[in-house]
Amino acid sequence: MTLQARDLAWETGGQPIVKGVTLRVPEGRFLGLVGPNGSGKSSLLRLLAGLRRGQGGAVLLDNRPLSTISRREVACRLALVEQQTATEVALTAREVVALGRTPHRGAWETWSAADHAAVAAALKRTGMTDRADQLWSTLSGGERQRVQIARALAQMPRELLLDEPTNHLDIRHQLDLLKLLRGLGTSCIAALHDLNHAVAFCDEIAVIKEGALVAQGRPVDVITADLIRSVFEIAATVSQDPSTGRLRVDFLPD
Amino acid sequence: MTLHAGVAPRPFHRLGLPAFGLIALVALLVAAAGAVSIGEVAVPPAEVVKVLGNRLFGMDLAVDPIREGIVWHYRLSRAAVAASAGAGLAVCGTVLQALLRNPLAEPYLLGISAGASTGAVLVMVLGIGAGAVTLSGGAFLGAGLAFVFVAALARGSGGGTERIILAGIAGSQLFNAATSFIVTTSANAEQTRGIMFWLLGSLGGARWPDIGLALPMLAIGLLVALYRARALDAFAFGEDAAASLGIETARVRMELFGVTALLTAGIVSLVGAVGFVGLVVPHATRFLVGPSHGRLIPAAALAGGVFMVAADVLSRIVVPGQVLPIGVVTALFGAPAFAFILWRSRRRA
Ligand SMILES: Nc1ncnc2c1ncn2[C@@H]1O[C@H](COP(=O)(O)OP(=O)(O)OP(=O)(O)O)[C@@H](O)[C@H]1O
Ligand SMILES: [Mg+2]
Repeated sequence: MTLQARDLAWETGGQPIVKGVTLRVPEGRFLGLVGPNGSGKSSLLRLLAGLRRGQGGAVLLDNRPLSTISRREVACRLALVEQQTATEVALTAREVVALGRTPHRGAWETWSAADHAAVAAALKRTGMTDRADQLWSTLSGGERQRVQIARALAQMPRELLLDEPTNHLDIRHQLDLLKLLRGLGTSCIAALHDLNHAVAFCDEIAVIKEGALVAQGRPVDVITADLIRSVFEIAATVSQDPSTGRLRVDFLPD
Repeated sequence: MTLHAGVAPRPFHRLGLPAFGLIALVALLVAAAGAVSIGEVAVPPAEVVKVLGNRLFGMDLAVDPIREGIVWHYRLSRAAVAASAGAGLAVCGTVLQALLRNPLAEPYLLGISAGASTGAVLVMVLGIGAGAVTLSGGAFLGAGLAFVFVAALARGSGGGTERIILAGIAGSQLFNAATSFIVTTSANAEQTRGIMFWLLGSLGGARWPDIGLALPMLAIGLLVALYRARALDAFAFGEDAAASLGIETARVRMELFGVTALLTAGIVSLVGAVGFVGLVVPHATRFLVGPSHGRLIPAAALAGGVFMVAADVLSRIVVPGQVLPIGVVTALFGAPAFAFILWRSRRRA
């Protein structure tokens, strides 16, 4: 249990957004974060990454409060891919990925072979090697998303937080990415909207509704028709293939 | 995950730092050579070399003492101040554009030149602290005061990027209004002319002791900016992205604002509020060497120095027998040069 939230609460403008969430990110596993729009997934991820400080509770990294660890030390092992990213700077894809090496290099340190290798490997894993020298501003939405993921991989994190990483990706790249994340061996927590993807790829699923955690556990235990009705307010059936054990969620028009 | 093996478009051509540095150094030497030989009294290059031999290496070559005085005491010191000021303004502009993620950011954005003007005018017109405080001293104090005012206003209003810019605009307007108020109510015609000249920038008063102030400040500014070059790169995707890359954003911002404010205040107090350099030289340099700050900062410093020395030469030869304010020249010749660079780089966007 390297990253966890204990009774974490965050409010802004007098509005409670995250309400007493206790969450553990299983080590080396893939945790899916699901919930309706505005339920607080992005806010929770920012809290877990230390970009916001909660007013109550704590985020613990290896049982140390995140707030007591230097930003650089955190960034050397925890990476975040945000839901939306934008820049006016004329960077190439490779230069964006290279930003992931920032926490690993001292101010006067020059670019090392290890940095090169990390960037090249991250580009390769996300299939962006061919586009590495193209300007960020000319990349498609899906390519930008993959470049940001490559940047996070270049950070070589032990905990990888992703906010809707499959956004903008075509179906093949969505599946490729989810496969990649599951195969990384790092602890991953990703906000996802597609429940079928979540049940197919995640080791565990955490469900949040209106800022509170309503369930966490194995997909088969968590994703039920009752839960979908109470959290998303839609009717659905959840079935399991008897031979493969795969879960399948079908949504019913009313 | 593999893409079709299409041919990726090559990025536009970027100059490496060694190539750019070499070109800029040669340009700086040429500009400086022009700056010391050209003027009302023309001094041939051979004589300039002799002066340098006498002054720098203790040689005893035969040179006309008046011309030696002109070259050493006036023109060379003037060129050195111009180069330091140009370099400093370009570095400040580069840093602020990255920090505020705003292409319109420039050294005077934080109210510094407005405050400097108010300070200078107070000394010049009202004679406040006459004797004890020089014009430069008044400008420096005014700049510092304006920066503190803007920083407090920005902090009090939330401290986001756009708040800082708005606070800077508010501060600039306030101090500019104060300057205008003092000038219109208290200055005589001759003082007004002097103030105008100073506001547009003037190297006329530059002497060797000024270098003793300009060079150390430039060195500190450059060192801090280079030390934070990686952090500035990390700001490309915004403050949160920088923080998640391990940057202590609040501290880096404070530190860099402080250093750029100090450097700008020092420069303005020496040469007046020379416009354009701090806004445009960073952009022009970025087009040539790319956005990575490890390269961009030293390149912008060199380019700013060359630009300012060249502008000073032009200011002395455009209208025979008259020296134009350097700020007029930087804008008059800088704007078309920048338009050309914009046009050349249009295929990039
Ligand atoms: N800085 C803020 N100020 C005010 N309200 C905020 C702020 N940040 C988030 N919120 C609100 O908190 C709620 C949760 O936002 P959040 O972005 O975490 O949701 P989400 O679960 O990621 O939603 P989505 O699925 O649409 O991405 C929303 O109602 C949002 O409007
Ligand atoms: Mg979100």
